[in-house]
Amino acid sequence: MTEAVLSLKGVEKRFGSFRALGPVDLDVGAGERLGIIGPNGSGKTTLINCITGVYRPDSGSVFFEGRDISHLQAHKRARMGIARSFQIPRPFIGMTVFENLLVPLDYCHVEGSRHERARAVLASVGLSGRSSDPSEKLTQLELRKLELARALVGNPKVLIADEAMAGLSEEEIDEVLAILLALNRSGVAVIMIEHIMHAVMRFSERVVCFETGRLIAAGTSSEIAENPLVQKVYFGE
Amino acid sequence: MRKNSLVFLAGIVIVLALGFLMPWLLRNPFYFFAGYVVLQYVTIATGWNILGGYAGYINFGAAGFFGAGVYLSAFLFTSFGLPLPLCILAAAIVGAILGVLMGYLTLRIQGVYFAIATLGLVVVLETIVHNISGLGGASGMAVYGPRPPAWSPGPSQYNFTVMVVIAVVSVALARWVEISWIGRGLRAVRASEDAAECSGVPTLRLKLVACALSGAVLAAAGAPYPFYTSFVEPVTAFSLIIGLNAIAMPLIGGTRTWVGPVIGALLLASVQQIATVTISSELNILFVGAVLIAFVAFAPGGISDLFGRKKGRARL
Repeated sequence: MTEAVLSLKGVEKRFGSFRALGPVDLDVGAGERLGIIGPNGSGKTTLINCITGVYRPDSGSVFFEGRDISHLQAHKRARMGIARSFQIPRPFIGMTVFENLLVPLDYCHVEGSRHERARAVLASVGLSGRSSDPSEKLTQLELRKLELARALVGNPKVLIADEAMAGLSEEEIDEVLAILLALNRSGVAVIMIEHIMHAVMRFSERVVCFETGRLIAAGTSSEIAENPLVQKVYFGE
Repeated sequence: MRKNSLVFLAGIVIVLALGFLMPWLLRNPFYFFAGYVVLQYVTIATGWNILGGYAGYINFGAAGFFGAGVYLSAFLFTSFGLPLPLCILAAAIVGAILGVLMGYLTLRIQGVYFAIATLGLVVVLETIVHNISGLGGASGMAVYGPRPPAWSPGPSQYNFTVMVVIAVVSVALARWVEISWIGRGLRAVRASEDAAECSGVPTLRLKLVACALSGAVLAAAGAPYPFYTSFVEPVTAFSLIIGLNAIAMPLIGGTRTWVGPVIGALLLASVQQIATVTISSELNILFVGAVLIAFVAFAPGGISDLFGRKKGRARL
């Protein structure tokens, strides 16, 4: 693994007396493809929220490119290069698909023409034809693509895809995977949170498994698939 | 986009020219007396829409800002003899400060709770004014406005022209906000605050900007009011009707663009003025309620959306 672009040290998040996450130590290398799996309620989304700044961890620190970002607001982290897509797509309704991409471009620093950048990203996810349509008219697959396009238009260094493929058909999953792989080839680290096992196993160089807020296993796809702890979590004793 | 801006600019010039020329062309001062109210509501609806429409934060406290503008201008004029343009400017600044204060206190809450909190602002300000004898307390204070300048034939006409200028500046401001990065950010906030924040939009700061601009316009709308009525008292300055109209007019016209509040205000305020004269001043409130219910039920996007949709269909 190359030098870590994102690094979590003892990150912990509680809601009242309930410890939803942690303590977690996790490094993500520059340009790495990391898969995160775990049953519902295991703390995956809480983890993302701690990384992106939606939540502040109760203890521990988040480092991005060596800098402690634990106390930065979410929009500042986004501008530094941490992008995410949401589990349930949240398009900016009332705007066209194209305008949806202009929002991050307005606020994140991107070199060159903003309009060209938006057009190029729309083409890369296959939404060129929908550019001037209202975002509320998109199909489920198109919404997922828009969610990814909006996340990657600002040239992030890390992209967190939160269940970007839930509810999609096999061909659609392949399409989204191809987008993410192409993005990764351009040097962006991708963290994939997914319940669709074959997709996450195929995609990831390294997979970590969470259970009740703790990281219980880490390894390559095949190591994780054969890990007795992971099997216990998913299939019981 | 550039062509649109030119058309808009031409429109502004025409409206301003009419505002200055009409008083010399139309004899009956009543038209200007009634026209003032219509323009006042164009300004109020436009100001409200910057926060309520673009950002989606329903503010029930429009009357609080309006009343603050009314009383500030009345106080500055009677105590220091400040000229009207400076009174308007002062009202706008205080309105902006009030907006930021309200924003800081209330923006962390959303939906119904935000609406209730803003409604509280009106009650607080009205109660404060009620208890300041220097502002006339509950019995109000008389304001003897300045003589109209030579370029205007009378006080009603002068107030009208002043209101034309305020309305035009407000609409231009709202349009600028709408087409700039601020407007795009606010619409993103309206759609999803989390997604906006994760796209790099500084949501809290942007909402405070919207509160400040909205508050400034709403307070500026109230600044010439003391000279219009020659008398101010808390119940009318902080009237619930103002808060109601501020919400109803943009909703009827459409909240997505600057055109909506202008159409809604022109339509509703004109009808109210006609109803006040021909039927009764109480009935017009009933009318607002009925129209509002009809629009919320049958055309939630407002008039501008109805036309927009028709245009879209025609293109197909």
